[in-house]
Amino acid sequence: MRRSAIHLALIGALLGSAGQGLAQGNLEIDTPAIAALRASMQQRHQQIVSHYESGTIGLTRDGLVAIRDASQVPLAQRSRLSALVAAENRDREALYREIARANGHPEWGGQVQATFAQRWIDKARRGWWVQQADKGWAQR
Amino acid sequence: MLPSAPIPLRIGAAALLLGTILVSAGCVTINIYFPAAAAEKAADRIIEGVWQLPKGQGAQAPADGDTR
Repeated sequence: MRRSAIHLALIGALLGSAGQGLAQGNLEIDTPAIAALRASMQQRHQQIVSHYESGTIGLTRDGLVAIRDASQVPLAQRSRLSALVAAENRDREALYREIARANGHPEWGGQVQATFAQRWIDKARRGWWVQQADKGWAQR
Repeated sequence: MLPSAPIPLRIGAAALLLGTILVSAGCVTINIYFPAAAAEKAADRIIEGVWQLPKGQGAQAPADGDTR
């Protein structure tokens, strides 16, 4: 008798944790603010991708992008390049912040950023430049 | 709850309820921790969209043999 009560309590515990698993399975990323940032970044990617390939722009360890070597860019175009990097980083920082906020935990921003930092680097195409732990650059 | 049910059944139902409540209450605490796996999944989805990658894959094209 007592044993079956314990069994039932365990089943209840399992039911409870299954619900929790569903609730934790996904982060909310389908908000208008996040959608706008994704669209903006996707559009900008068309302009940035050649700079990833040439090594002008690299992926930093903190989930942003940086000018790694501007020598291939004519002087006259360098301010445009800086503006491109600045705009991309503004969007990325806003994205990390918005994801944390959309999930009710603004304090998660740093961890969201760290997660993205790793995944951007993991998914970087061969030939792109990524920042190492020692801040030096390495080509994938 | 089941006022006419035999006592063992009632104890069982109470135990089931207790177990569910305890674990559900636990979730509130657990949720304070950063859901790393979910964040990774969300990051992948967003990166695949921004970089226009095939779903569920990295950018490393399988066709050209990974020799890096």
